[in-house]
Amino acid sequence: MSGVAVTKEIPAPATGDLVVLSNVNKHFGELHVLQNIDLRIARGEVVVVIGPSGGGKSTLCRAINRLETIDSGEIVIDGKPLPAEGRELAALRADVGMVFQSFNLFAHKTVLHNVTLGQVKVRKKEKKAADDRARRLLDRVGVASQAEKYPAQLSGGQQQRVAIARALAMDPKIMLFDEPTSALDPEMINEVLEVMRQLALDGMTMVVVTHEMGFARSAANRVVFMADGRIVEETTPAQFFSDPSSERAKDFLSKILHH
Amino acid sequence: MFDFLKGYDLLAAFWVTVQLTFYSAVGSLIWGTVLAAMRVSPVPLMRGFGTAYVNVVRNIPLTVVIVFTSLGLFQTLGVTLGAADFTTINFRLAVLGLTAYTSSFVCEALRSGINTVPVGQTEAARAIGLNFPQVLRLIVLPQAFRSVVGPLASVLIALTKNTTVAAAIGVAEAAALMRVMIENEAQLILISAIFAFGFICLTLPTGLFLGWVSKKVSVRR
Repeated sequence: MSGVAVTKEIPAPATGDLVVLSNVNKHFGELHVLQNIDLRIARGEVVVVIGPSGGGKSTLCRAINRLETIDSGEIVIDGKPLPAEGRELAALRADVGMVFQSFNLFAHKTVLHNVTLGQVKVRKKEKKAADDRARRLLDRVGVASQAEKYPAQLSGGQQQRVAIARALAMDPKIMLFDEPTSALDPEMINEVLEVMRQLALDGMTMVVVTHEMGFARSAANRVVFMADGRIVEETTPAQFFSDPSSERAKDFLSKILHH
Repeated sequence: MFDFLKGYDLLAAFWVTVQLTFYSAVGSLIWGTVLAAMRVSPVPLMRGFGTAYVNVVRNIPLTVVIVFTSLGLFQTLGVTLGAADFTTINFRLAVLGLTAYTSSFVCEALRSGINTVPVGQTEAARAIGLNFPQVLRLIVLPQAFRSVVGPLASVLIALTKNTTVAAAIGVAEAAALMRVMIENEAQLILISAIFAFGFICLTLPTGLFLGWVSKKVSVRR
């Protein structure tokens, strides 16, 4: 699949954008981590967010399912403003899959149970149906044989693929990836990126915060470059990597691409 | 040498101690868990109640708590806890007092366990759409309990010994019998030794067993 140029033409979505952030601001004390962020994510679009550390990428990603609250502005998902808390927020989070840098698999539950838990407790599925679905998903991400093990018995790459399966089990409308490969040993990064690439090809809407420029180049529809709490540039991967328009992006790319 | 033991029912007395311990342990495990849940809940009123309860109750001497259940609850307010005879009323009042007191320690042990659960576990649980009670019940508390089996064992051992305070309101447990025997027999040291040995027989296996459980159930990360 390496030869596949994943530059899908994104049709203007008839049903409107899936995620719309308007004028979003957030502070951590003195630090203004999100500054007037406007961002639209269309259905089926793969948006890769890159930029220097501390630039607000992860905060942006986590704000979309309200793991971080925002100070002002609005986030609308599938036509509905992000609920503040309670039942509605839980329901929304079930529709938004999240994959973390540190995997965060439930340490006291088996791999299989990690993937069935949300289906049974949130989606109210029968145990049997949830089990079947979980095993299919584990098979899809290539860890079916590890189903009965506990997370600590798996490698980092395997754990992250289970985490992806756990998120997919909820049938999310969108998947958020918060630096999914940053905690992995180098030889395990590709197995995770491969799963993500496949997901992108299947038409999943994705927001991916990453330092993997190869993934951004090959799988993204759009690159969002963030620095110092602002979206400095957003464009196609081809444009961004060959001819970035901002000085900040040029500087960033020159530091990471020259070795 | 042990002739003087005739006429005293040591086993019955220790059996009351065991029963006091058992019911109070179950009660304080439940109430302590509820208190811990309150102390980490997002509702300020619950947090406030949990904090106030723990800080008041654990700082009152147990004797005062136990005597209050009898003088305050029973004799002044007429609380009988559904029992008719004095023996049963006093027993239940003692269980109530021990539970009220011990649960504040269970709460704090459990809360320290909750603090050992990485925040990522909670975030992941919230991210798949679990609500607060589910996050607590399915993800946080199971991991917290596993990490505090050791501290809870210490609380249980303390509770076992604390049941002796129930003698203050006339519950015929081991310490009450000891007092009677010391009054009547000229065997002060021997009697003390016998009762000390009795308590060690109860608490030592508890501690060893729970130490083993603690290793068995610990969460690998």
